[in-house]
This record gives sequence, C-alpha cells and structure tokens, in this order.
Amino acid sequence: MDDTLLRIDGLTKAYPGVIANDSVSFAIGKGEIHALLGENGAGKSTLVKMIYGLVKPDSGVMTLNGAPYHPAKPSEARASGVAMVFQHFSLFNALNVAENVALGMETPPPMRDLARRIRTVSETYGLPLDPSRTVGTLSAGERQRVEIIRCLLQDPRLLIMDEPTSVLTPQEVDILFETLRKLQAEGTSILYISHKLEEIRALCDHATILRLGKNVGTCVPRDTTAREMAELMVGSSFATPQARATEKGAVLLEIRDLSLPAPGAFGTPLRGISLSVRAGEVLGLGGVAGNGQDELLDALSGERLAPAGTVHLKGSDVSRKGPAHRRAEGLLSGPEERLGHAAAPDMSLTENAVLTAAHRKRLVANGFINWTRARTFAEEVIARFDVRTPGSGTAARALSGGNLQKFVVGREIAQAPDVLVLNQPTWGVDAAAAAFIRQAILDVAARGGAVIVISQDLDELMQVSDRFGALNEGRLSPLRPVAGLDIEQIGLMMGGAHDMEVADVNAWP
Amino acid sequence: MDLSAINPVLLVASIMVSATPILLAALGELVVERAGVLNLGVEGMMITGAVVGFAIAVNTGSPLLGFVAAAVAASALSLAFGVLTQFLLSNQVATGLGLTLTGLGLSSLIGKPYEGIKSPTLPKLDLGPLSDLPVVGRMLFSHDIVVYFSLALVAATWAFLKYTRAGLILRATGESHDSAHALGYKVVLIRLAAILYGGACAGLGGAYLSLVRVPQWTEGMTAGAGWIALALVVFASWRAGRVLVGAYLFGGVTVLQLNLQAAGADVPVALLSASPYVVTILVLVVISARGHHGAPAALGKPFHATS
Repeated sequence: MDDTLLRIDGLTKAYPGVIANDSVSFAIGKGEIHALLGENGAGKSTLVKMIYGLVKPDSGVMTLNGAPYHPAKPSEARASGVAMVFQHFSLFNALNVAENVALGMETPPPMRDLARRIRTVSETYGLPLDPSRTVGTLSAGERQRVEIIRCLLQDPRLLIMDEPTSVLTPQEVDILFETLRKLQAEGTSILYISHKLEEIRALCDHATILRLGKNVGTCVPRDTTAREMAELMVGSSFATPQARATEKGAVLLEIRDLSLPAPGAFGTPLRGISLSVRAGEVLGLGGVAGNGQDELLDALSGERLAPAGTVHLKGSDVSRKGPAHRRAEGLLSGPEERLGHAAAPDMSLTENAVLTAAHRKRLVANGFINWTRARTFAEEVIARFDVRTPGSGTAARALSGGNLQKFVVGREIAQAPDVLVLNQPTWGVDAAAAAFIRQAILDVAARGGAVIVISQDLDELMQVSDRFGALNEGRLSPLRPVAGLDIEQIGLMMGGAHDMEVADVNAWP
Repeated sequence: MDLSAINPVLLVASIMVSATPILLAALGELVVERAGVLNLGVEGMMITGAVVGFAIAVNTGSPLLGFVAAAVAASALSLAFGVLTQFLLSNQVATGLGLTLTGLGLSSLIGKPYEGIKSPTLPKLDLGPLSDLPVVGRMLFSHDIVVYFSLALVAATWAFLKYTRAGLILRATGESHDSAHALGYKVVLIRLAAILYGGACAGLGGAYLSLVRVPQWTEGMTAGAGWIALALVVFASWRAGRVLVGAYLFGGVTVLQLNLQAAGADVPVALLSASPYVVTILVLVVISARGHHGAPAALGKPFHATS
C-alpha cells in the first residue's frame, strides 16, 4: 500500500453522554480527493479535529506516510504536512491578509517577503488576493482564499477542507474546484467535508460516510446517485418536499425603493430594494453571505425601522412600526442566527415561545404571562414540527442545531403568519430536518401566506421558490420566475450584473 | 489672580511627573485589553504597588527595590484576577471591581504603620550637557529614570504590537480567541501573561505616586488614577501613542489646575479639582462619538475551549 497517505484505524472519541466517533477507520491515498460525508452531529468535525491535532482521540491509531502519527497540537500536524481550511473561518477581521497568513505559519518570513509569496501563490492557483487588505472588508469567498493560501504556503501533503462551498457563488465554486484539481494533479491529497452531494459527485474520488459517529460505508461518488448517498447518511429514506400549485392572491407585502445605511463597520447598506410578494407565493432571495441579507431581514422584521413609505403590509405602511406591531399585523420573521437572535440560549423553549408569540397566541393577559397557555403552545410546536427534546422546559441552548431550527421556524409558522420572512432556514441543519422545514414553508404558501426565504443554498431556493432574486452589495437583482432559470443566469444575478438591473427593473410587476 | 506666579518651566516639568503614573498603568492595561481581557482592577493594583513600593523603599532605603517590589506585588494581585477569570471563567467586570476593592482594603492595612513617614526618593538623572540647557534642560532633561522609562515603554509597546510576532499573536488573541485557539495558540496562557504584565505596570505607576510624586503614603492616595488609566486606553483607541497624549493631557490639566488654585483663580476649588476628570471624559466622549474606535473584538469575553 505505497500510495496510502493517511490511514486511520479504530479512532474513537467520547464526550460525556455522546460518542462522537466510534472506531472509525479509513484511508486516504496520495493525490486523492476523499469526501467525508455525514449529517450534522455525525462526527465529521471531531474526526478532522483529531487529524489536525485539536482533539486527542481516546483510542485508535493514525499512520501518515507509513509512520505513526499522533499530533498533540495543530502545529505538529502542520509540521507533518497536514493543513486545514476551517468551516467557520479562523480569521481575524481587524488584521490584514498577510498578518492572518503569518498567524497560521510556524516560522513566517518577514512581512515583505510574505506579501510577495502570497501574491505568487495566489496567482499560481488563480486566487487573486491583496495581502494588505483588512480581512473584515473581504467577501466570504475572498476570506476562504486567505485560508487556502495560508495552507498552501506550507506545501501541505494533506489538505482538509471543512464545508468549503457553503458560502460561495457557483462561479466561485468552479474556481475553487479548479484549484483543488490542480493541487490534486500536483500530488496533494484532499479530505473534503461536505453534505452537498452533487459537489462530491463532481469532485471526489472516494467517499466515506459517517452516521452517528460510525463509518457506515464507502463509495465511489461518481458511480453512486446523490439519493443513495443521502440515504446512507440519514439511514432511512425521506420525502422530497412537494410543491403544490397554488393560486397567487393579492399582494401581501410590498417594498418600495428601500435604502438603509450600513448598521456598522462591517455591515452592508441596502440600496433601492423593491419587491412584492403575493398570497400563496414563495420568493427566494439568494446571494453570497454579507450582501445585505441580515440587513434586509432586520428592515422587514422591524428591528431596524425603514424610511416612511417603503414597507407596506397588506396595503398599510408599516415602515416606522417596530417588530411587535408588525407581528400583530401578521408579518413574522425568523433570523439566521438561532442562538442569540431567533432564540435566547439560556431560556426554556416555553419562554422562547412567549417571546415572539405573546400577542398572536394571547399568551399574555393584563401584563401577566399565562404559563399554561404558553406551555401548551410550545408543546404544540414541539409535537407538530417533530422537535426532539425532553420537553418544553429545556433550555434552547441544549437543543441540536436542527432541532432548535425546527422549533424557531415552527414557532412562527404555528402563529399562522400572513407574511413569513426567513433567513437561512436550514443553515447547518441535516438533510431530513431541512426537508421537513422546506415542506413547512411550502405549506404556509399553500395555506395562502406569502413567504420570503433568504438563503445561500441555491438548491433549496430552486426547490421552494416561485420567483428568485439575488442580493449583491445591498442591491436586489430583478426577480425572475424559477421555472426556466439555469445556474449560469443565477450566478450572474448573484455576481451582480448591475446593467441587467437598469434594463429589467420594471419587467416584473 | 496672579498668573505670573505660574512658572512655565516648572509647569512642564511637573506635568511629566504627574502624568507618569497614569501613563505606566494605562500602557499595561493597553496590552491586557489588546489580548482581549478587561481588567477593571487597575486602581487596586496601583494602590497595592504604591503601598508595597513605599514600605520596601523605606525598609531597605532603596527606591529602586521599592519599584521592583511594587511590580511584583501588583502582578501577584493580578494573578488572582487571571486565575479567576481565565481558569475559573468568572465575570471579568465583577472580578475587576472586586480586585479594586481588595487592593484598596489591603493597602490601608499594610500602609497603617507607614503614615507620615518620608521615603527615600529617586535621584534626578544627570544627562550632562542636555540637563544644562537653558529652559529645555529643566523642563525635559532633569527627571528621574522612571519618567524616561515610561516614555521608552510607549515606544516599546507600539513596536511590540506592530512589528513583533508575539505582538501579532497577542492582538490576534484579543480579536478572536476562537480563531486563535483553532490555529493552536494557547489563549489562556497568552492572556495570563498579559494580565501579569498589566499588573506589573500598574504597580510601577502606583509606586511612582508614593515614592516620587508625593512622596509619602496616605490612604487611598491613587484617588481614581487607575480609573483614569482605564478610560485613557479607550480614549486612545487602544494605541500606545495616543495613550501618551491622553496621559499628558490629564497630567497637564491636573498640574495646571493646582497652579491656578495656588495663583488664586476666581473659580470654585471644587470645580478646579474636578477639571482633569471632566476634561478627560469630555475628550473621551468626543473621540467615541466619531464611531469606529477599534476595540479588540473579543474584549471582555470569556474563553473556554470546548474541544
């Protein structure tokens, strides 16, 4: 077995109450792109943290290039030629690109040499990057380049990539794949973690599938359908959401020329956004993270007040009304950040239910909370949306990402919204829960509600939306019916072909 | 009022002396906050430094030994803060306030026997021909070594943070402890080192009060200098050069109002005494009002490695 780079044998890691990895074994060949597949909580992150020396395994052995390999810390892993690009970027916003790169190296050269090497490597691999830019001002795709270049400067033999494409436009994904294939051709092995099955089929040579911490199978992605891989991941088959053809009714929410300055140093201003959503319609808004998604949600939910005359709910101007008023009028929203924005982490599910449903579900009378009604409502959400939790008294923090997401989305849907605005409703949620949430979104529309889904997952938007638009630097592209859109056009919309906007701005009612 | 009673040469010279304690303490706190830790115990560490430095200097007859002891003692006190906040994850604000109260109480206990005694003080450095220069010589070149040490420390702090790898790692820790941890840096140890350094600086500042500026021990003699040092760090947008400006501004107004009092200015004494604080706070507000002031992103947030 001369062409094996890293062999993992019986790796086990247990945390109190959960076995993150249970005797996992597999091997990565030299110059191979190996996929690691699994749902959230399947143990992918723990596994790569062990390979990268951030976590010590309880038992099991690793062999790198025939020699025993047991890194006690990341610097040892890097010294052995293992580099990692993190899912949640391990970057420092206030520092510049070169400083960020230097922090990830053992013995960085002087800054001027480093800047030159960054330029050279970035040109070689088609990843343009200015070493003196402050990272806080970069787009998500550019930030990822910083991470990749930080790794490449150390000539890694194994490059670990943790969900690298979740923040990229289709064009950026293509560029990334080019880079990865080039690295592969040079003999670098890549461990590629993702749950985007089509990407894995396009890129990877082999795949190892984890479920509940165990290796449940390997396959050659090119010869396996996405559905087969998904069922291996989940362990059972699940239903694909079904859209029902519904009558589009009256316009429920209309935004007219909404502009808002950026909320902070690293925020995005909204520039002249106009849109309308009808009853029974789902509007999907795509775009790379940080192009005004959070700001748009804040302006719609009422967290930031909009200029008068810009936000109209069922014909009346609510631009200057706060969230409580908008909720009472039937405009409900679910922000992206589950812990700390959609839900208060240390409060129970019942308390969290009261926070947004107090008025619509009459959980408060004469200024006092009716805990019985609140608990009943929370339990109704838990039952209806299949939230796996010991009970309504559990703290929000204790729920897994997917379960909490089902709860916060369910909490809004159970209030029978006229207009529902969701940002990243299935972010970091496993496939089964995501399918469930998407179905719930479609059900709201079928019931006659209007829904705006803001997401970075294009497959999701194509699945649930009637019309699609993209946010770019706070501008909204023209909205187009999803039927007949191809990935090329979507990429252009996301990348911000602003000339289209001038020509087409009135093309859709 | 007789303004001619104010000697500009002496005024400038005493500004430098009066600014030095705050400058030292603020430089220490600057490094602590750049590492992402908010230690509100500066006042307590300063006064601990003041009393320990005074006691050691009186007993050994050596003011330099007093300074060293002050730095060690205040560092030891800050170690308590470090262990509580970094290992036991206690709240930084509450722990810092507790540290100040502890320092104040401890210092009056230790200082009781030393009230009313005069300590040996630091000799003025003889800078040869520089000290003999007319006007400028008296103003700038006839101070003790700690004044020049504090100025050198400004430059050293600036260069450390800007040019060295250790400084870069320290700043990175203060920006995002999670990222720093993911890259394999020992966040807790880096922060602990910064806290100890900040304690030592505050101790030096305190000792300068009791050994040079006053020079005797009175209970509660720091009189809010630690709080001003804390405020200065913010006012200076976490930059060493601006800390220098702020410290000299505060020192300048302090000395000026004392001189005005002596010259019999027609302003209520209470108002004059309050003026250094008022001016510094006003400047702070004006600077903060400009919006972006670059606080370290992880400032005051507890770090716990989950993996």
